[in-house]
Amino acid sequence: MKLRVNNKEYSVEVANNPSLLEVLRDKLDLTGTKYGCGEGACGACKVLVNGIPTPSCITPVTSVSGKKVITIEGLAENGELHPVQKVFLEEDVFQCSYCAPGMVITAAALLKKQPDASTQDLIDGLNGNICRCCTYPAIINALKKIIQKEGEQ
Amino acid sequence: MKLKANKKQSPIKNKAVKAIGNISRRSFFKYMGTGVATYIAWSDVFVASAIQANDKHSTFPDQELISSWIHISPTGDITVFTGKVEIGQNIRTSLSQVVAEELFVAPEAINMIMGDTALTPYDRGTYGSLTTLQISPILRMAAANLREILVEEAQKTWGIKSSSLTLSDGMVIDPSSNKRLAYGDLVKDKQLLRKVNKNVKTIAPEEWKVAGHSIPKINGRDFITGNHRYVSDMVLPGMVFGKVLRPPAYGAKLLFADTSEAEKIPGVNVVKEGDFIGVTAADTLTAAIALASIESSWDRSPPVQRSELFEHLVNTAAEKKVVSKGLVDAYDQGDVKLDKSFEVDYIAHVPLETRAGLASWENGYLEVWAGTQRPFGLHEDLQKTFDLPVDSIRVYVPDTGSGYGGKQTSEVGVEAARLAKHVGKPVKVCWTREEEFKWAYFRPAGVIQVRASLSDGEISSWEFHNFNSGSAGIDFPYKGGKKHLEFHRSSSPLRQGSYRALSSTANVFAMESIVNDLAISLGEDPLRFRLRNLENSRLKAVVKAAAQAFGWERQKSKDNIGYGMACGTVKGGYVATFVEVEVEKNSRKLIVREVVTAFECGVIINPRHLESQVIGCVLQGLGGALFEAVDFKDGNLTNASLASYRVPRFKDVPKMKVILLNRADLPSSGAGEAPIVCIAPALRNAIHDASGIKLYKLPMLPSGIVPDNA
Repeated sequence: MKLRVNNKEYSVEVANNPSLLEVLRDKLDLTGTKYGCGEGACGACKVLVNGIPTPSCITPVTSVSGKKVITIEGLAENGELHPVQKVFLEEDVFQCSYCAPGMVITAAALLKKQPDASTQDLIDGLNGNICRCCTYPAIINALKKIIQKEGEQ
Repeated sequence: MKLKANKKQSPIKNKAVKAIGNISRRSFFKYMGTGVATYIAWSDVFVASAIQANDKHSTFPDQELISSWIHISPTGDITVFTGKVEIGQNIRTSLSQVVAEELFVAPEAINMIMGDTALTPYDRGTYGSLTTLQISPILRMAAANLREILVEEAQKTWGIKSSSLTLSDGMVIDPSSNKRLAYGDLVKDKQLLRKVNKNVKTIAPEEWKVAGHSIPKINGRDFITGNHRYVSDMVLPGMVFGKVLRPPAYGAKLLFADTSEAEKIPGVNVVKEGDFIGVTAADTLTAAIALASIESSWDRSPPVQRSELFEHLVNTAAEKKVVSKGLVDAYDQGDVKLDKSFEVDYIAHVPLETRAGLASWENGYLEVWAGTQRPFGLHEDLQKTFDLPVDSIRVYVPDTGSGYGGKQTSEVGVEAARLAKHVGKPVKVCWTREEEFKWAYFRPAGVIQVRASLSDGEISSWEFHNFNSGSAGIDFPYKGGKKHLEFHRSSSPLRQGSYRALSSTANVFAMESIVNDLAISLGEDPLRFRLRNLENSRLKAVVKAAAQAFGWERQKSKDNIGYGMACGTVKGGYVATFVEVEVEKNSRKLIVREVVTAFECGVIINPRHLESQVIGCVLQGLGGALFEAVDFKDGNLTNASLASYRVPRFKDVPKMKVILLNRADLPSSGAGEAPIVCIAPALRNAIHDASGIKLYKLPMLPSGIVPDNA
């Protein structure tokens, strides 16, 4: 089938109905998207499918046919980091950072939908993403900075 | 690029590089080219603490072993070699900071080679909060020595004896003539390797400009963009994906396996070696299908059930030592006596990156990339497993997706090597989440029995028995009374091992619960009782700091609100945690309203990263305190998934405050463990304050509901 990832078209084998995660990682070498649990419970594998954060580990690749997939590798535009990536770097939020790609993807989609998200909105929206190093407070604080900036403009 | 891995990963491409844990002065520059380097041997520093007498390794020399070194090349590149690994504790940054400080360069200028058994000196492993305690001062000293050499070389070049030379941004400068020379130019055509002179002065923390400041994670951009390759992301040309057949239960023995269906799948290789059965395929999915098509039968022996766990731990324990008559008498004569038993369940580390290993054989030389806290431990395992000479193996650990004490072993590295050997191609094995839960190891379960008494308001006896979970953190930091502290080894039904702070969490939980109850039985404020009886001034200081930030004296807004506190010291770190909880009136649901933690571990190298360690410890500890537990039945885990094993999430995070006490006059200790120990007892004491219910089990409230009798 044809697969559109980060604005590039790929042709992939779909025998045995692989998950989107397996195709991204094993076939397209887009390893920024991580395996965490295999059951959509941790958020490490989230990618944007038509703008919606989607756990790629439980998404059959055939189900995204004709849709636009954006992975962490495709989030920066013209070499410019996404504002969520920037603020996470500025605020130096992560420890081991394995959860970072999934966090960035989820937060980016959340802020696009709700640019004025409240703290509770952030918590609700990100609760499906696990950070085992528990950098949660730093993540929320960093996102609040983006929202504040937006509000001031 | 051949290997899809990270930049700076393999600075020395030459395959002939041997393990240089035992590098000699003569051989050094064969590896490094020209330049100037300083090194320090383990025997020079911390031998007693770094290398235990019972932990001698025949394969790696120990006593005169180089512990770390720093090299400056003629191009001015500064390279640090250490066997420690980066697993999210951000030591790549903090170690770069201390070296950069001494050498007057930016931290990004430091190339930190870590955890590569072909390039870095032998190291026992990254655990026990030892990196900052041991390696940080070693690297400071080695860097300060390098600085001295650079100044000497500049003096020689300029033919001056002036001691007023300054350093800045990779240059030595003579302020009187404004002459300057770059480090690279100073070391050109030289081959100078010098053992560290310990009398060379390092820069005092009060004058730090790079160390002591919140420098951001050094390669942070690579992680935020998905460019960093963890082992699970690495790719070698021709690589295939491997999977290993697991028993259906702990202790089960393989009777029979039919692999014929798996063998029929195109591109699949089946590997059988004794009880080891594995498969490889061109992708993860095909490997999983091949594994699932193997028919096997197993002999299962009746295991210990979870319902029998705590009884089993006490019953299989080594015989108790005799408790002195003095202590028994003191207890018997006490005005207040407490005799309580605590139970602590097994918990899992659940690193978000599951174990991964990648192995490649080339002409008898084995290279393994693995996410492990002990690269040299894996190196030795590989040597034994494949009967290889020490210098025919290279283990490399790229920055890894966390460990928390859970990645001290690396079975996955051996599995990848075994499969790769058979199929003649590089093989990557990534454990599934289920494998990670079932086939790693757990924080030990335990039973703790405490008998304590008060006489005239003072602690008159303290008898403390830990069954199975460990002796770490068993010391009693309060004054007065006869003491008996004993750890009993038991037979553990599940595989157990290291975990952040290990048994200190269990021991401090029991200790700080009983101390709190003693204070309450006297009608004394638990904070006042502790401050009156604590002996260590550093511990008292964190208690006072946390009490003040929390506002211990403040009025409660509702009568179903409770305050609780606990304090403790682990591995050179001093911690106090204060919490406010609410037990909802009708539902009896627990709400953790606020957590304040004060922490001190000597001089602070990176305040922001230290704060991360403290917050991470407290929140991870909150999981084990309230709801995390490994459940098992008939030798099998019944909650081996992230949907069924609950770990802390965003919604579990209370309002938090961290107070870091900086002691510039004291050396730094590690911070990845100590701050975890107080959250459980502080919560327990707050729950008691709010509801009158005393809890004696970790986790305390798997359902989140406070019982109305206990």
